[in-house]
Amino acid sequence: MPEARPPGASPAVSARELSKRFGDFVAVDRVSFEVAPGEIFGFLGPNGAGKSTTIRMLCGILSPSGGAGTVAGCDVGREPEKIKARIGYMSQKFSLYEDLTVEENIDFYSGIYRIPRGRKRQRKEWAIRMAGLAEHRRTRTAVLSGGWKQRLALGCAVLHEPPVVFLDEPTSGVDPLSRRRFWDLIYEMAGSGTAVFVTTHYLDEAEHCDRLGLIYRGELIALGGPAELKTRLMREQVVEVLCDRPAEALEAVAAVPGVREVALYGAGLHALVGDAEAAAPALGARLAAAGFRPGRIERIAPSLEDVFVSLIEERDRAGGAVPEVER
Amino acid sequence: MSLRRLWAVARKEFLHVRRDARSLGMGIAMPVLLLCLFGWALTLDVDRVPLVVWDQCGSQSSRDLAAELAGSRYFALRGRAGSYAEIERAIDRREALGALVIPPDFDRRLWTGRGAPVQLIVDGSDANTATIASGYAQAAVRGYSQGVVLREIRRAGLRPPAPPLDPRARVWFNEDLTGRNYIIPGLIAVIMMVIAALLTALTVAREWERGTMEQLVSTPLKGPELVLGKLLPYFAIGMFDVLLAVLMGAFLFGVPMRGSLALLFAMAAVFLAGALSLGMLFSIVTRSQLLASQMAMVLTFLPAFLLSGLMYAIPNMPAGIRAVTYLVPARYFVHLLRGIYLKGVGLEVLAPEAALLAAFSAAMIALAMRKFRKKLT
Repeated sequence: MPEARPPGASPAVSARELSKRFGDFVAVDRVSFEVAPGEIFGFLGPNGAGKSTTIRMLCGILSPSGGAGTVAGCDVGREPEKIKARIGYMSQKFSLYEDLTVEENIDFYSGIYRIPRGRKRQRKEWAIRMAGLAEHRRTRTAVLSGGWKQRLALGCAVLHEPPVVFLDEPTSGVDPLSRRRFWDLIYEMAGSGTAVFVTTHYLDEAEHCDRLGLIYRGELIALGGPAELKTRLMREQVVEVLCDRPAEALEAVAAVPGVREVALYGAGLHALVGDAEAAAPALGARLAAAGFRPGRIERIAPSLEDVFVSLIEERDRAGGAVPEVER
Repeated sequence: MSLRRLWAVARKEFLHVRRDARSLGMGIAMPVLLLCLFGWALTLDVDRVPLVVWDQCGSQSSRDLAAELAGSRYFALRGRAGSYAEIERAIDRREALGALVIPPDFDRRLWTGRGAPVQLIVDGSDANTATIASGYAQAAVRGYSQGVVLREIRRAGLRPPAPPLDPRARVWFNEDLTGRNYIIPGLIAVIMMVIAALLTALTVAREWERGTMEQLVSTPLKGPELVLGKLLPYFAIGMFDVLLAVLMGAFLFGVPMRGSLALLFAMAAVFLAGALSLGMLFSIVTRSQLLASQMAMVLTFLPAFLLSGLMYAIPNMPAGIRAVTYLVPARYFVHLLRGIYLKGVGLEVLAPEAALLAAFSAAMIALAMRKFRKKLT
């Protein structure tokens, strides 16, 4: 699924058939994509789908079993150490030293990244301001709240202003306000030309990305912008069904011919159907016959969740009964 | 290698240690405690062996003999017994380690020149003490009997003959044969081995377990910078421990220091670098704090304690085990410390041990650096 790029602009990240096997288990299966400078690339998928494995291979800390990739112009297999000087990586646990203060954590990474003496002070102040920790410079990070830790971890990871940033589920376990603030920082970085590769399983966050990749059981099953995915990739149409007692109505709706999938969604139900025009009257009739009082039943634009549920269902059907693999 | 990165790691590690009471305790309190414990408890000297006497004779000479034994520093009289059953009971209850039985005809036989047997009973369940105690007792009894002979000869108006052999044993380097003088220098070596390995066994594994290592391996930090940076603060603690141990040896245990302090500290530095690197190697290879600290305990403590020559003299070991001791770095350090402490010798004599110790340390540092992988598995 390659897309048109401005000529001459080399991608910040590119993966070609990148694979990782752990024994018999294929964690990442021939994944290919590109991320342009200044782009926010969202990598989505359920837990254990291969998100972290992919990110670790691109960061040069896990050797790929097959395929190739480049990050900031360096080869993933052959030049992992060169990559490490050109990226910022934030792993799932915000890897701060909890017994060290905010300043000591920053100073440590500043030394590790060898920030030039002249810029050291400036970058440190930037990181403290960015994280909103001006009042807590000498506080041990153990006592900071999740949002603070997460912003400080980001600050430490990008002290050296890398052209590519990898964030592995940076917002898990963080309150919504902090998540909002964190995304503002991501926008800011992307705005100054940094390529941001971010994994998440929050679909609302996926909407913030320029482009998305959906990984499922190690395979990349969709790639494109959020709007594009909702229109181009969706084979089924979504019908929203409002009625009383939606949880009980689930079964009745699922039994209507043409309904492939039905799920509770807010106060109503979302049904995936082949043809919404045909299905809507049938749905209303079936619900009324079963003793429900159907309200509005109409085709709606699918949400990303609808898209992903539909893509995953489709993949499961195509792949037959793939056994659930625990990692 | 970047000194700046190395220094950043060292500073961070130093802060960890300073804020972690547990590692400070292990780094400083534990060696002091161990040295006190072993310095006092681990003595190979046998003195004041508790003894009971069954004096069936009750004469002046039998009392003299008992007093001769009780008066030496090797025995302490713990009372009198009236039967073998009482002796047995005293030994069973560990009130006494031995008994002296003087037969009723002791006095008569002594003065009629028929040779007066006395019986010495020693608790053989502690073989080492029994051997030494019976040696002491025999010497004391022999001394007493020689005195009797000399007195008789003089009384007869004769000049006592010179004994056919007159051994004049002189003990060098540890004139009063104080076991402590021998034990303490070796003990310093063994304690430093264990403490050093335990100190660093946690460092790398802890970072893998807490997830901070995943962050570190994604940075340009190099293996040697990490290993050396992490070693530095523990090296400082280790050298401080050596200083403490030397001071304790001098002022608490009164062990004479005859050689060069500079050489002692230089050798301690070489040894520490190796022992710390060994601990870190465990940490690097296992990536688990529990496993690494267990390895450090088993693989350093036991060999250092048993095979370094601290407790058992290496020349007395069977050839196979003697060969194994060459792989125990504490062996060289024990030898070096004893040489410096007791004999006051320098590198002119100790060069082989010093060279082997340096080789061990260099190998450990190189191995730790090589084994550190900036990859997840």
